[in-house]
Amino acid sequence: MTVGIVVFPGSNCDRDVRWALEGCLHLSTRFLWHEERDLGGIDAVVLPGGFSYGDYLRCGAIARFAPVLEAVRDFADGGGPVLGICNGFQVLTEMGLLPGALTRNQKLHFLCEPAPLEVRPGTCQWLKSYGEGEAINLPIAHGEGRYQCDADQLQQLEGEGRVVLRYGQNPNGSVGDVAGLTNPAGNVLGLMPHPERACDPATGGTDGLRLLASVLA
Amino acid sequence: MVQPGHIRGAWTLGLPRFNKPLAAQVPLFSAHVQVSLRSSVLDPAGEATRAAAARLGVDGIKTLRIGKSIHLELEASDRATAQAQIELLSDRLLANPVIEDWSLELAETHGGPQA
Repeated sequence: MTVGIVVFPGSNCDRDVRWALEGCLHLSTRFLWHEERDLGGIDAVVLPGGFSYGDYLRCGAIARFAPVLEAVRDFADGGGPVLGICNGFQVLTEMGLLPGALTRNQKLHFLCEPAPLEVRPGTCQWLKSYGEGEAINLPIAHGEGRYQCDADQLQQLEGEGRVVLRYGQNPNGSVGDVAGLTNPAGNVLGLMPHPERACDPATGGTDGLRLLASVLA
Repeated sequence: MVQPGHIRGAWTLGLPRFNKPLAAQVPLFSAHVQVSLRSSVLDPAGEATRAAAARLGVDGIKTLRIGKSIHLELEASDRATAQAQIELLSDRLLANPVIEDWSLELAETHGGPQA
C-alpha cells in the first residue's frame, strides 16, 4: 500500500501528510512532483494543503494545469481514492472533480483554529469508519475556505448526500455550512479542515487518523 | 502610418519583410479582460474597502466590488481567431465561471510585433 502525495511548488503540508501516513499509520508514501505523470504502484493520492503556485490568479487555478493532475484525473475516473485537503480541495474544484468554488473567508481573517464538524459519511470511501452524524474536531487553517455554489447545486449535493462534512459553527461563511464534499462515486473527498494535523497525540486530537487510515481497509 | 517593420501584408516593402517575412505578416491584437465576482457572490474585500471609504469621509458609496484587470497581447492570423483564443482563455483560466463573470475588449494594434 503506497500513498502518493502530490507536491506543487508552494505546497506546505506535504510533509505533515507524510508524517501522518508513515509515522502514525506505518504506510509507505511517495512524493509526486507536479511534473510527474506516472502513478504506477500508487494506491491512493493526497493533494496536500499549501499555496500551489503561490495561489496566483485564484487558489488552485494554475495547479489545475499541472501534468501530474492529468494522471490524477484518470486515477480518480478509474475509482482510485483521491483526497484533497485545504488547497487540495481548492484544486479539486478548479479541476471540476468536485463542484463549486472556494472563496475568501466572509470576515477576511485567516482562520487557524479547531473546528467542530459533523460527519455524514454516506458512500464516501474516506469516511467509512465514521458514524452517521458523528461529531469530530479537526483543525482548520485557511484564508479562502468559504464554499460557494448556487442554490440549485447545493440542493442537489444535499439530496445526493455528498455534503459529507459540515461545520458545527460556520467559521467562514460557506453556503450550507459545507466543510467537505465527495463525488458521486465516493472515491474523491475534498475538505478544508486538516485531518493530517489531527493524527499524532503529541499535537492534540486524533480525529483525523481514521480518515487517513481508511485507505488501508 | 506606414513604417518599415510595422506593416502587415505580403505586399509590404521594407527590410523586416526580407529578414523575417512571417513576423511582419502576423497581426497583433491587444485585449483587456475584466474579471469580476458574480453579483450573487459576497465580496468581503470590497465590503472592507467600502467601510474604509466611509472612514475617509467619502459617504454615499452603495456598492464597491473588486475585480481583476488583465491586459494581454496576442498574435493571431485574424480577429475571429484572436477572439476565440481569448474567450477560451478567459473562460477556462482567467475566470472561474462558478463565481466570476468576465468581459473582453479586443483591438487590433497598429504596428506588428517588433523584430
